[in-house]
Amino acid sequence: MASDTSTNVTTPTADAPNLLDAFPDKRQALEEYLDSLPLARAAGRKKGFLIQSLHRAQAIFGYLPEEVQVLVAKKLELHLSEVYGVISFYSFFTDKPVGKHKINVCTGTACFVRGADIILQEFARQLKISEGETSEDGMFSLGGLRCVGACSLAPVVMVNEDVEGNVEPPMVKKIIRRCMQEGE
Amino acid sequence: MTVAKPIITNSAQLTEFTAQTRTRMSDVTKINILVSMGTCGIAAGTTPVLKALEESLAAQNLTGVKITRVGCMGLCHSEPTIEVVDTASGKSVIYGNVKASHAEAIVAAGVHPAEGLKVIERGWYYPEDEENTQDAPQARIVLRNSGRINPEDIQEYIAQSGYQALCKVLLEMSPKQVVAEITDSGLRGRGGGGFPTGRKWSFANAQKPKEKYVICNADEGDPGAFMDRAILEGDPHAVLEAMAIAGFAIGAKNGIVYIRAEYPLAIERLQIAIHQAREMGFLGKNIFGSGFDFDIDLKFGAGAFVCGEETALIASIEGKRGEPTYKPPFPAIAGLWGKPTIVNNVETFANVCAIIRNGAGWFKRIGTTGSPGTKVFALAGKINQVGLIEVPMGTSLREIIYGIGKGIRNGKQFKAVQTGGPSGGCIKRDQLDTTIDYDTLVLLGSMMGSGGMIIMDEDDCMVSVARFFLEFTLDESCGKCTPCRIGNKRLHEMLTKITQGKADMQTLQKLRDLSASIKDTALCGLGQSSPNPVRSTMNQFEDEYLAHILEGKCPAGVCADLVTYSINENCTGCAVCKKRCPVDCIRGEKKSVHVIDAEACIKCGMCLSSCKFNAIDRK
Ligand SMILES: Cc1cc2nc3c(=O)[nH]c(=O)nc-3n(C[C@H](O)[C@H](O)[C@H](O)COP(=O)(O)O)c2cc1C
Ligand code: FES
Repeated sequence: MASDTSTNVTTPTADAPNLLDAFPDKRQALEEYLDSLPLARAAGRKKGFLIQSLHRAQAIFGYLPEEVQVLVAKKLELHLSEVYGVISFYSFFTDKPVGKHKINVCTGTACFVRGADIILQEFARQLKISEGETSEDGMFSLGGLRCVGACSLAPVVMVNEDVEGNVEPPMVKKIIRRCMQEGE
Repeated sequence: MTVAKPIITNSAQLTEFTAQTRTRMSDVTKINILVSMGTCGIAAGTTPVLKALEESLAAQNLTGVKITRVGCMGLCHSEPTIEVVDTASGKSVIYGNVKASHAEAIVAAGVHPAEGLKVIERGWYYPEDEENTQDAPQARIVLRNSGRINPEDIQEYIAQSGYQALCKVLLEMSPKQVVAEITDSGLRGRGGGGFPTGRKWSFANAQKPKEKYVICNADEGDPGAFMDRAILEGDPHAVLEAMAIAGFAIGAKNGIVYIRAEYPLAIERLQIAIHQAREMGFLGKNIFGSGFDFDIDLKFGAGAFVCGEETALIASIEGKRGEPTYKPPFPAIAGLWGKPTIVNNVETFANVCAIIRNGAGWFKRIGTTGSPGTKVFALAGKINQVGLIEVPMGTSLREIIYGIGKGIRNGKQFKAVQTGGPSGGCIKRDQLDTTIDYDTLVLLGSMMGSGGMIIMDEDDCMVSVARFFLEFTLDESCGKCTPCRIGNKRLHEMLTKITQGKADMQTLQKLRDLSASIKDTALCGLGQSSPNPVRSTMNQFEDEYLAHILEGKCPAGVCADLVTYSINENCTGCAVCKKRCPVDCIRGEKKSVHVIDAEACIKCGMCLSSCKFNAIDRK
């Protein structure tokens, strides 16, 4: 992403209306948060608030689209490239929308030795997406993560916010079916 | 930040308050039911049990019985766990695998073990409070309060002598004396490196600038390690108090806990603890009327392993990409915002208050001469009793794995234990009698690391394990230096070839050479240690590498390209495997021998593990 496009990105276009305008209350929530930061007292150190601001923004919007990045950059007086550089470095942040149901298979060591790779393969096979992808209907995202600290229940799958322990391949289908039922 | 009225401003008030708190608690509470509410407890289903206990308590109309939500007891193998304590006598009983339906019986039984429930031996003692009369293998200093107090209630911490160490330090000691006491205790950093904590503090203490920082490293990146999480969830004040002590010792007013965003419960409990400590006047301005100011902020990680490295961590707090920088200068000289900064691990801090309360001499009596104290380990993998343990340094691996961990699951053969995570190595069967401390593990070609211990059995392929760790490093490499970015990629490719049976003997030599040059030339600890799992498995399990290369076989039967599954004539046609197969590749009539469609088979091994008749062959 070139930083000199930053003046253009907020302009809504016919096929991609500005996300911030589409969700005024979300925009307001983020602006209120950014305005509440003690930036004035942090001369030269405003960047120190960047990561927490991105955490908040992602909690509000679900991901970090360009419009949101521009807003954060402006408030913290940073270059858009600095903001994007941080987003691309940390795996927690994403600039792409994620699925309604987030399936994250733990691929930490304890889960690995108890067969996490087979569970991950099985989700990929059933959902027809690879790790890091979202299904076309926007229902599922599939990811891997490193140790949620529930190693005693290995292999572990995070289904949205819940920890599912001792997962075996035949359970994969059931987990997916349960999510679909909840989704209706 | 809410500024509340400080209640305690000098040591006399604290002593009195501690005494009052204790009396108040023991007056009201005769029986205390401790319910383990750490992340894994909750995942294993503690919440409905808690609810059932509360309902039973109300229904049975008992007085003097209290239910306390506590952090992890370390008994992950038997979650949900509950301990019932008689507060007057200290007698207690621990139950494992508790269900909501047990609640009534537990409440009614008091400390006499309720019938039909799984009772667990305690297995540890508290060096600060008692002699080891039962010869318990575990000693709890760091986990002293974890599983015993409600981490969300500062009064319970105070009743366990909480904040007395800070009070002693501020009112009776000079910063130099504090540094000397910690130096004398021989405490070494528990974050992996084992650097003497007192020495680190003395560097920062000697620096001129007025602005200094104390950082607690709660990034806990080693996958398969969860002791820092358990400490923060179970006893957050112990870490906050120690950070304030460190602040006084080096002359810093600001503390920061850098914690990974994947630990929401630990974050919540830390926030509550910081808030309560401020309210009580243990954080903030003029603590205990001493004139010393100290406060603590939280900063969150965002999913980057390398941010556990201290210079990368500092870059991350400054809002940058978490790329490590060259040392020197060390953070103690020029760290956060260029100011003197000490970075210590959660577990390191969790030792500090006990050392101040009991003295360096007391601490040195536990553990070994070179590594005093205890170490917390997260036991995971193919072991019967998975969990969090704390043992004196110098305990043997055999004691840990066969004594405390109760041996290998499903009666299988032990193959190796991996310590030190992605920077560490594997230890073999014939080295099980090694006693562990920082130095012995290095001699074995592994390292202490942060305390993850993954136990592997005959079904684990060591080439795959090495490949797994490299995959991790590749994912997590920040990309700044070439040896780590490109070198590890090549290592990974070679290992992949071996697991596919496509490598030759030259590959093995190349692996060795490249590993050595990455170790010597990478920029930071992540890169320098990344070939360790490869080197260690090649040294210890060369026969497995050779079997893949020369015979095209994976002895453990893990590498999918090198194994096939088939069904032999033992098959009774029970069709269990057919039902379990996730890809429906098993065919056959009921009561006759089935067959596996080798083309469709994904080699997951479900059929093998589900067959009761030894009818599945893996070759
Ligand atoms: C790649 C890498 C990852 C690290 N991860 C952690 C970690 O997750 N937690 C930690 O406390 N130390 C970690 N360390 C060690 C820190 O750099 C630092 O030495 C430590 O926090 C110092 O604290 P201590 O002296 O109390 O151990 C890591 C080091 C490297 C090279
Ligand atoms: S390795 Fe999966 S939860 Fe720890």
